Amino acid sequence: MDAIRIENLTKEYKDTVAVDNLSFTVAQGELFSLLGVNGAGKTTTIKMLSCLTLPTAGDAFLHGKSICKESAAVKAMVGVSPQETAVAPGLTVYENLELICGLYGLKKDARKERIDEIVASLRLEKMLRKKAGKLSGGWQRRLSIAMALISHPRILFLDEPTLGLDVIARSELWDLIRSLKGKTTILLTTHYMEEAEALSDRVAIMKDGRLLICDTPAGIKNAAGKESFGDAFIHIVKEGGAL
Amino acid sequence: MRMLTFAGRNTKELLRDPLTLAFGLGFPLVLLFLLSAIQANVPVSLFEVEHLTPGVAVFGLSFMTLFSATLISKDRGSSLLRRLYTTPLTSLDFILGYTLPILPMAVAQATICYLAALFLGLEVTVNLLFAILFILPVSLLYIGIGLLCGSVLTDKQAGGVCGGLLTNLAAWLSGTWFDLDLVGGAFKTIANALPFVHAVELERGVLAGNFSEALPHLWWVLGYAVLTLAAAVGLFLRQMKRQ
Repeated sequence: MDAIRIENLTKEYKDTVAVDNLSFTVAQGELFSLLGVNGAGKTTTIKMLSCLTLPTAGDAFLHGKSICKESAAVKAMVGVSPQETAVAPGLTVYENLELICGLYGLKKDARKERIDEIVASLRLEKMLRKKAGKLSGGWQRRLSIAMALISHPRILFLDEPTLGLDVIARSELWDLIRSLKGKTTILLTTHYMEEAEALSDRVAIMKDGRLLICDTPAGIKNAAGKESFGDAFIHIVKEGGAL
Repeated sequence: MRMLTFAGRNTKELLRDPLTLAFGLGFPLVLLFLLSAIQANVPVSLFEVEHLTPGVAVFGLSFMTLFSATLISKDRGSSLLRRLYTTPLTSLDFILGYTLPILPMAVAQATICYLAALFLGLEVTVNLLFAILFILPVSLLYIGIGLLCGSVLTDKQAGGVCGGLLTNLAAWLSGTWFDLDLVGGAFKTIANALPFVHAVELERGVLAGNFSEALPHLWWVLGYAVLTLAAAVGLFLRQMKRQ
């Protein structure tokens, strides 16, 4: 069974079509990236898949559960790291992680073990007792990602996870994302071409809500006839998918 | 369980804000002692402690409105609420999670207010316990207003509307600082049509042991509390869907 199956997903706002008849599938354990310039519909797609907003038409199935009809089951299996850092500012790093554990129903004795695991993975040890609101942007983003991972989601949505991170933090996060490949299905949006190419099994490029191409990074370079992935992306977006 | 986890987070956020203690507890106490000092130095009956304390106890609740409205609007303004919408928390969990933490705070605030009044000469009777008990329906009204404002206003607007406008309106129209008969006319009619004076008269009646006189005021308070909470829940759910 596909981890994500999207069928003719459409989202319209008043006079704008944010996502237009989108269809693709993501296999279990796959790292799938959504690329596109601003306004391409990437974040709206993630919002629909994480049950934040209902589609105007179409449906998507996460491990067979409909985002329209079975939102509770979908919510229980996904983790979301939004584009902006989403942390509780008055709580410490530890309390933020504990909060998410509680919301996903983790038993108290299992919480500490899980928190220790994720804290070690993201090297948050020194920050544990600090209030999230007092952390720098980079540390807040790390915490935000830790909060998305802590519930052991079957499907993880990472909306521009490395935005605002320094080179070292980005490299560490890449390592973490790579370590999840095969175990957790990841849908990632990013503006960094090298990130998409380095991490992704497959990439979908969107423009004006429509899917232009969906293939492996190498397949996309071949289709565009370009040496670099960045050039291939620019070529495809400028051509508007006329490949 | 999930709701309690969320309510726990809200309690921590509220109690860790120094403004909560300063305004929620300090300001009503300052008013109580200041106005009692004025009363001690004037020959006419202006701020008798058994008349003043219920008014101050109710006035203090307007800060609970401010705190709940600010917390909700801040959560709405950040990405945190969007993240929480992707967790298994239900609409009911959100509403109870924002409402329940304020109730014990309101009771604690009223209790401290009445205890402080004992030092100013308030007589110790069993009615004190009833006065604290009857603060609960009044609290629901003020929490409802907070939930309502938090659902539609930004945190800056909530600060202005709840911190500036509501605290003043609730104070002037409550008959705490002056007898409404002294102004009379349209002012008195408007004050009587709103719940604030009824909340104060309910507390005054209960404290004095005049339960039959207090009862009609209870219906006013409960009526407004139910209407406000219903409107607040409707608006909260609407903005939740919009997210």
